[in-house]
Amino acid sequence: MGDIWAIYILWFRDIKRYWYDKPRIFASLGQPILFLFVLGTALSPSFKGPGGINFSEFIFPGIISMTVLFTSIFSAISIVWDREFGFLKEVLVAPVSRWSIVTGKALGGSTVALFQGTLMLILAPLVGVRLTPLSVIGSLIVMFIIGLAMNSLGIVIAARMKEMEGFQMVVNFLIMPLFFMSGALFPMNNLPAWLAVLNRLDPLTYGVDLLRAVILGLNSFPVALSLGVILGFMLLMFAIAVFEFNLSE
Amino acid sequence: MDTNTIIKVENLTRKFNGLTAVDGISFEVKKGEIFGFLGPNGAGKTTTINMLCTLLRPTSGTAEVACCDIIKDPNRVRREIGIIFQDPSLDDRLTAEDNLRFHGYLYHMKISDINQRIPEVLNLVELYDRRKDFVKKFSGGMKRRLEIARGLLHHPKLLFLDEPTLGLDPQTRAHIWDYILKMRKETGLSIFMTTHYMQEAEVCDRIAIMDHGHIVDLDSPEGLKKKHGEDTLEKVFLKITGREIRTQAGESSWTQWMRRS
Repeated sequence: MGDIWAIYILWFRDIKRYWYDKPRIFASLGQPILFLFVLGTALSPSFKGPGGINFSEFIFPGIISMTVLFTSIFSAISIVWDREFGFLKEVLVAPVSRWSIVTGKALGGSTVALFQGTLMLILAPLVGVRLTPLSVIGSLIVMFIIGLAMNSLGIVIAARMKEMEGFQMVVNFLIMPLFFMSGALFPMNNLPAWLAVLNRLDPLTYGVDLLRAVILGLNSFPVALSLGVILGFMLLMFAIAVFEFNLSE
Repeated sequence: MDTNTIIKVENLTRKFNGLTAVDGISFEVKKGEIFGFLGPNGAGKTTTINMLCTLLRPTSGTAEVACCDIIKDPNRVRREIGIIFQDPSLDDRLTAEDNLRFHGYLYHMKISDINQRIPEVLNLVELYDRRKDFVKKFSGGMKRRLEIARGLLHHPKLLFLDEPTLGLDPQTRAHIWDYILKMRKETGLSIFMTTHYMQEAEVCDRIAIMDHGHIVDLDSPEGLKKKHGEDTLEKVFLKITGREIRTQAGESSWTQWMRRS
């Protein structure tokens, strides 16, 4: 029972810090908005999507996934931050099980990512995407799952990192391939073999495909497969993160 | 553990990559006692504290703290102790009150108890008026006072103070001791502390002097002075541990561990 409160307060702390840091909320929307409107508009004439959708509409779910990916992985930097500034000791010495520390952190980071993703989702009318109550609910669920999976990956990296620079380096090394190979910006059918393989290996692919299924009704993989892969990846990362935190005891 | 003992240490040892930071120490601390841990830098004081407060696993030996074994039942030990670390450990992007509330939840306190306790401990350290301020804006002394308030929030039976007044001006130091001694008087709190200030060590009921991972002497301040024929603790300390300057080997190993974890 005490662990529930610990999870709650760890989660709430991340939300509070996010809320106190309003400039960051808007600054981190700059990049996805650029992608969406500049790249989307520029490439729209040369793109013929299934069902006559234009490029901006097509990449809209991909850009939302990108927002969620970046926010959730980078949220895990707070663990490195806490270690460097001593706050992690306050948490580690509290009568709280290690798995609940990881859970609280993962829920916090993915909720923040969910907020950021929702801010992008609100732009739907501007790119001509029509949302229904059902697609909004579906998007929120998928965004949260992507956030949880990618934030857990971030925690796995953060648990081993001594310095913030090191964390940033590893994450930058991972985040761009994760994003580019995921099919966020291109259709996943008819890819050359080498790219198709990389695309299928990228866990984010399945998140993007799910979000595209929910928002546009387009998908390259069966929903059950995508859901299974992304949830499986999430559980695996979560388990590794808990294992790493237990080692420090 | 007999009911008058709050800490019982048996053969506690910690090694870091071949270096023995704490080498088979044994001692007991009685309930309500202020127990001082003195020693040069790198003597193993912080490593000992970190083992007693369950942040670090002993290589061998064990200890009972407050109620339970630090290895078998770390969560129950954690619940009964309060800690003021050597280095700051506040979230400076939150307010003073946020930090305390966070602590209360982590320590499974009831919400009504948290709400009642926050003004109490903030008043004790004279920070109630600043409760809505971000910790970022606090001076070093104010941060320390807030950490003391936080360490006391969950009614601990035992308080660990690792150089609680390091780098603070004499006014703040005096105030911090006032708070701590007031708390002890009111609640019968036991205190385990390390310090480099010998005047502060005078308030201890008993002092252990540690060097090279061993306890080299253990007695009341008066007893130590009498035994070594000196009139101040400072002289006793230098007589026992010598005048040579130490490296910080023990502490840097600890830092390494924290970074690996």
